[in-house]
Amino acid sequence: MPETESGAGLLEQAPPAPDLALRPAIDPGRKPRRGRSRRRRGVPSGRPLTSPGNFAPALGLGMVVLYLSVIVLIPLAAVAWRSTGQGLDGFWHAINRPEASSTLKLTIGASLLVALVNLVMGTAIAWLLVRDRLPGRALIDMLIDLPFALPTIVAGLALLTVYGTNSPVGLNLAYTRAGVVVALLFVTLPFVVRTVQPVLLELDREMEEAAASLGARPATIFVRIILPNIAPAMAAGTALAFARAMSEFGSTVLISGNLPFKTQVASVHIFNQLESDNVTGAAAVSTVLLIVSLFVLVGLDLLQRWAARRG
Amino acid sequence: MSIKVNRVNKTFGEFVALDDVTVDIPAGSLTALLGPSGGGKSTLLRVIAGLEKPDSGLVEIEGREANHLPVQERGVGFVFQHYAAFKHLTVARNVAFGLEIRKRPKAEIKKRVAELLELVHLENFAHRYPSQLSGGQRQRMALARALAVEPAVLLLDEPFGALDAQVRKELRIWLRKLHEEVHVTTVFVTHDQEEAMEVADSIVVMANGKVEQIGSPDDLYDKPANDFVMSFLGPVTKLGGQLVRPHDLELFTVPEQDTVAATVERVTRLGFEVRVDLNVNGRAGPEGGPDEVWAQVTRGTAEQFALEPGKTVHIRRAPDRLVQPARSA
Repeated sequence: MPETESGAGLLEQAPPAPDLALRPAIDPGRKPRRGRSRRRRGVPSGRPLTSPGNFAPALGLGMVVLYLSVIVLIPLAAVAWRSTGQGLDGFWHAINRPEASSTLKLTIGASLLVALVNLVMGTAIAWLLVRDRLPGRALIDMLIDLPFALPTIVAGLALLTVYGTNSPVGLNLAYTRAGVVVALLFVTLPFVVRTVQPVLLELDREMEEAAASLGARPATIFVRIILPNIAPAMAAGTALAFARAMSEFGSTVLISGNLPFKTQVASVHIFNQLESDNVTGAAAVSTVLLIVSLFVLVGLDLLQRWAARRG
Repeated sequence: MSIKVNRVNKTFGEFVALDDVTVDIPAGSLTALLGPSGGGKSTLLRVIAGLEKPDSGLVEIEGREANHLPVQERGVGFVFQHYAAFKHLTVARNVAFGLEIRKRPKAEIKKRVAELLELVHLENFAHRYPSQLSGGQRQRMALARALAVEPAVLLLDEPFGALDAQVRKELRIWLRKLHEEVHVTTVFVTHDQEEAMEVADSIVVMANGKVEQIGSPDDLYDKPANDFVMSFLGPVTKLGGQLVRPHDLELFTVPEQDTVAATVERVTRLGFEVRVDLNVNGRAGPEGGPDEVWAQVTRGTAEQFALEPGKTVHIRRAPDRLVQPARSA
């Protein structure tokens, strides 16, 4: 039995602590001060960007910024600019029109719902694929990617065939919000599965055995050991699913019927506004989507930085 | 806190991991399970811990039949080769885990964790994450974590196997000192005979799922039960078809009783020791070539005999050091 007094006794008799004695031999770079070792790790050991006589890094950075600007940043800025073409009041007015606010509420609400369902179901599917020896696992594993590979309009058509007005299974979701949600679930299925699966595969099973030997029951092991280790992946997959659901067009356009105030999603709304020459209205709704996506992205990045720092 | 393993069998598909294994581990001892890879020693350790279920046979811990007990209730501390650190928890939280599960008061946990971190010399690393520790530090953290719940027995599966040689040697000595302090019945798995001899007070030699011999390091070295144990525990060479320790060969310049003549093939200096490769004159080896034997002598002896290739010496097994297996394997 470990005794506390004897523990202190050992310290007096023991030779110098192994880590003190050995550190130069095994880890010459590491200093006990935490901040220092962090910083050392964070900085790549290459030449600094501004090193004279070597323009390659600067050139590379320039290329990336230019490309990103032309392809992504400038068009996005243009949309944001366009949305305030009639001043901030115009922007507020545009997104507060009943049709616009209704479509935004539907899109954001349905996307949140879909993201949450994915969080639970995607994690469960990843778990089954990695941990259970269920028959036909390879086939299921392959089918998960189908929504990735399929043109989304095909997904829409498929859903309309099964859950449409002439539904062979007697479930008519056409022109309903439920239909929108089902379509979004269809196309976002792979995200959480494919982010959680590799992390689960890599997860050290001995951690779970160690926890069990320390007295933890399976439920405790799941909550205290497994969940914290896969949570960053779960969050990343959920965020991706959410972002994808917000932008979805093809799969929802058929089954939703695009009824304003009822089933019209934001992307279809934007399309319709452009068709009817309301560019400011389209840009305003787009900007809201852009801002929400940015928030999700920044949140995800913060989460991953936090997870990476933790090791 | 004794451990009894009685006639335990375990197979994985076709592979027989444990074949009718019976081992008694007395309370408070420091026992090594020694053997080549795939010999069943890790499986035996995991069966004792409750991480594997035996196909048949009995496991007793503290005189209590443990077969039906899940790992959570066996009161074992388990240390893994690759540390099994909880990556998402700090060193202090790793060590506290078992106590938190047991819902001990916060103040008590804090105190106990501090004591254990001091015991394993990690008191300055309490708030680091395992990824910020070296291998040796991680393993000491894992040890503190296992000791936190005051286990009846401490089981270590190749605890130093993933560490480099220098750290390994330090931790061996440290483990033995720790055992002298905390006196918990300890079983560790190793494939390194030097490690087993240096650390353990009792060694169980295993091969092919069977126990070959159980005894103290001296017993095993001086009275090996068979050729396998003899060759696994230390260097051997063959003279006249029988295994002999190379340092138990006597060299003479002139024939003596029971000696055979041999020609020096090569002399290799290894610091204090000298390895002398010899061919026994007029005798064929098992493959038809020369009958080769090697002797381990001190530098002094080598110089005294002026050993050099081509020289003829007379050799015999030292009569007072008759080390040979009790039975042939």
